[in-house]
Amino acid sequence: MTKSEQATITINGNSYPFHNGNTILDVARDNQIEIPTLCHLKSATPTGACRICVVEVKGARTLLASCATPAVRDMVVQTESAKVVEARKQILQLMLSSGNHNCAVRGSDDLEWTAFQLKVQDDDASGQLCPVWGDCRLQDLAYRYQVSGERFPATPSRYPIENVNPFIVRDFSRCIQCGRCVQACNDVQVNNAINFGYRGPESKIIAATDRPLKDSDCVFCGECVQACPVGALVEKNIRYDVRPWQTEPVRTTCTYCGVGCQIYLHVRDNQVVKVTGVEDAPPNYASLCVKGRFGHDFIGSPQRLDKPLIKENGKHREASWDQALDLVADRFKSIRDSNGPDSIGVLTSARISNEENYIIQKFARAVLKTNSIDHCARL
Amino acid sequence: MAGLAAAFGSGAMTNTIADIQAADVILITGSNTSENHPVISSIIKRAIKFKGAKLIVVDPRRIKMTDHADYWLRPNLGTDTAWINGLMHVIVKENLHDQTFIENRTEGFEDFKKSLEKYTPEFVEGITGIGAKKIVSAARLFGNAKVASIVYCMGITQHTSGTDNVKALANLSMLCGYLGVPGGGVNPLRGQNNVQGACDMGGLPNVYTAYQQVADPAVARKMEKAWKVKGLSTKVGLKVTEMIPKAHAGQLKGMYIVGENPLVSDADLNHVEESLKNLDFLVVQDIFLTETAKMADVVLPSLCFAEKDGTFSNTERRVQRIRKAVDGPEQAKEDWWIASQIGTRMGFPMEYGNSEAIFEEIRRVTPSYAGLTYGRIEQTGLHWPCPTEKHPGTPILHGQQFTRGKGLFHPLEWIPPAEQADNDYPLLLTTGRVLYQYHTGTMTMKSEGLNERAPESFVEISRADADKFGVKHDQMVTIASRRGEIQVKVKVSSMAVEGTVFIPFHFAKAAANRLTNAKLDPLSGIPEFKVCAVKIKDAA
Repeated sequence: MTKSEQATITINGNSYPFHNGNTILDVARDNQIEIPTLCHLKSATPTGACRICVVEVKGARTLLASCATPAVRDMVVQTESAKVVEARKQILQLMLSSGNHNCAVRGSDDLEWTAFQLKVQDDDASGQLCPVWGDCRLQDLAYRYQVSGERFPATPSRYPIENVNPFIVRDFSRCIQCGRCVQACNDVQVNNAINFGYRGPESKIIAATDRPLKDSDCVFCGECVQACPVGALVEKNIRYDVRPWQTEPVRTTCTYCGVGCQIYLHVRDNQVVKVTGVEDAPPNYASLCVKGRFGHDFIGSPQRLDKPLIKENGKHREASWDQALDLVADRFKSIRDSNGPDSIGVLTSARISNEENYIIQKFARAVLKTNSIDHCARL
Repeated sequence: MAGLAAAFGSGAMTNTIADIQAADVILITGSNTSENHPVISSIIKRAIKFKGAKLIVVDPRRIKMTDHADYWLRPNLGTDTAWINGLMHVIVKENLHDQTFIENRTEGFEDFKKSLEKYTPEFVEGITGIGAKKIVSAARLFGNAKVASIVYCMGITQHTSGTDNVKALANLSMLCGYLGVPGGGVNPLRGQNNVQGACDMGGLPNVYTAYQQVADPAVARKMEKAWKVKGLSTKVGLKVTEMIPKAHAGQLKGMYIVGENPLVSDADLNHVEESLKNLDFLVVQDIFLTETAKMADVVLPSLCFAEKDGTFSNTERRVQRIRKAVDGPEQAKEDWWIASQIGTRMGFPMEYGNSEAIFEEIRRVTPSYAGLTYGRIEQTGLHWPCPTEKHPGTPILHGQQFTRGKGLFHPLEWIPPAEQADNDYPLLLTTGRVLYQYHTGTMTMKSEGLNERAPESFVEISRADADKFGVKHDQMVTIASRRGEIQVKVKVSSMAVEGTVFIPFHFAKAAANRLTNAKLDPLSGIPEFKVCAVKIKDAA
């Protein structure tokens, strides 16, 4: 097929080429046309569950979910038509009216707001606005489409918060049932710990036979937390404490096993407060394990060594760098000179950088003049 | 890595992590992947769920990955060479091997083929306990694959026969022609973030960077010129497992230990402790006052990964950046700065402005890293070998030819482990990690959440053995070997198979390595952590 014959679809009046198997959403995203999504999780099969990504397709009787509709030659699509906008508004209003979405996009009635806020306070033991305020896809869309939750009567939250594990708080009152966490768990990590449970208004994301995560197959990789577009799944240690605008992400490589996951360290006041996986980057494409995501407390631990120590009469005392380094240099020099270079052994580390390993082996070979250098690759 | 180096010419994962998804059969052995490399386990599980890959798990414990497997082969501890030979016996007998690959790309096939003759499924069943029929079925599945990936870890290497086990896996992959292609290969998973890098950088007694031999005088001359130094030794140095006995014997006088905690991680800890006490001078450089650091004459505080710039090389040979995110403890320093200072104060000037300046020197003396720059790996890391700045890196090794030219088949005989269960010590012990802790725990044990999930050591034992030895779940017992004893809680678990118990090695208070056998693989110097004989003494 020559280029001029390549199949195209028309989106908002412009035509775009596509490949077999592309969805309308794929084509739109490839061409920087923003179609909002909530349940769509890249790298997992689209479910079309939330329907926020609906578009108007010429000739179709209903609006179609763009994430699950394949592009077809000569299709004509509108992504922000009046019908589409009205449908999205209604979906958002329904979501906002059910549960504790206290992000101050609720509307202008002070009394109603106060009553609502008091109810949330009762459920969540906090008078603050939603813990993910400012980092919530639902809030972003409510703002974009200028809707609030008042249109429908508020429905009570059916299930209490679960916070009996050390890592993840499950707040069912803020869950919009988009199913991203279910896909993250079953289709990305394939840990198969959580799924949809119950039906209709009772529906709930459950672990095992509706047990706390800690008593299920959950391994606390936190893929679900990273996938959650709202405040239903939040890291326990920072919930209500760390707000997204207070942190700076720094990209680096995880320090645990040899996979070399790409991570962001989220830093506030010189402290790593949260870790997330880097999307779109090999080798992990956002996935992490429990150690990588939740095992960062050691960095700022008060037990960190902060001064050189010298042992005198069987006890360590603090010393200056000059004292410690001169002592080490003198002692190694005298051992090398009186017992020969092979009387000293060096263990470098599988935990430190390439640059540091290089310098330490160079030190062993060029300064001590020994090849007795090793590390714990074998252990 | 000695096994792969002997067979192929270089010891590293032949393929990439993502590439495992291109396999139609995956063989995992000696790797508790979902606990030790969880992210890789997910990639494997996705290949099974969405691409129809078949999984064979060979492991003495009923690890989580067996839930996803088509076959779980349960070998007796320390019988790996036997079952691998058994698979190959069937593959050759049923003509499933890749004759073209063998002729064009390998050598030593005929002798090797003869060595397989006696490893009939029935003979192998006698050694390994794996049913003959299962061996045949698994061999057919593996041999009939378009391409199959072999994934292994310390369960293969931490044996007195570890090097042989690795060579056997290399034989298996070559036999079927699964090398140098997407979805194939022999893939050792590295357990620590920068084991690969520490090896690449010459943190080994026999090689400089990029595995340039210290015994080669031409290499020594090259390094002398690059470093502006005279008299580099061409004598291979001591391995860590040789340093300890030399210290015990008083021949090794001083040690400089950086970021390692041999007092928990090494085999036969009681012996290690005595040996380190015997040193005239011990320097430990670390981020915490570890068990080893407590014994040191001088302790030097260093910065951790989040506090400095540099690079790590991951298990798939991908060189990636680390970046400073926070300031560390006020006086802690980069490990390179500390070593450079000691060197300079001993009369050999070592001055570098930053980690990138060191990386530039690494490139000049390290052919496989020569084409890498901080700029090139700013966003996405590259796989070595990467010889020039135009080179895209090498995701899959041994594409056209092996690093050593032709792949070499090694005829191998099964050798039993150094210690067997007997009347005095009726159970076999194997060791490893759990999901929530890491190595000697100096880092993970600072997280309350991780400690809540995995608070203490335990002995994992089958229901049958628990009944046989009269112990109950959650009861404290003393486990003893010929070298030492520890007290741990009993965990009756369906993961354990009768006759074998498991203890994680993270916990210094009940260190599994007080029990383990320091008997070494003669080539790699790896101790036999994975097999020793133990008994349950009266309840503690």
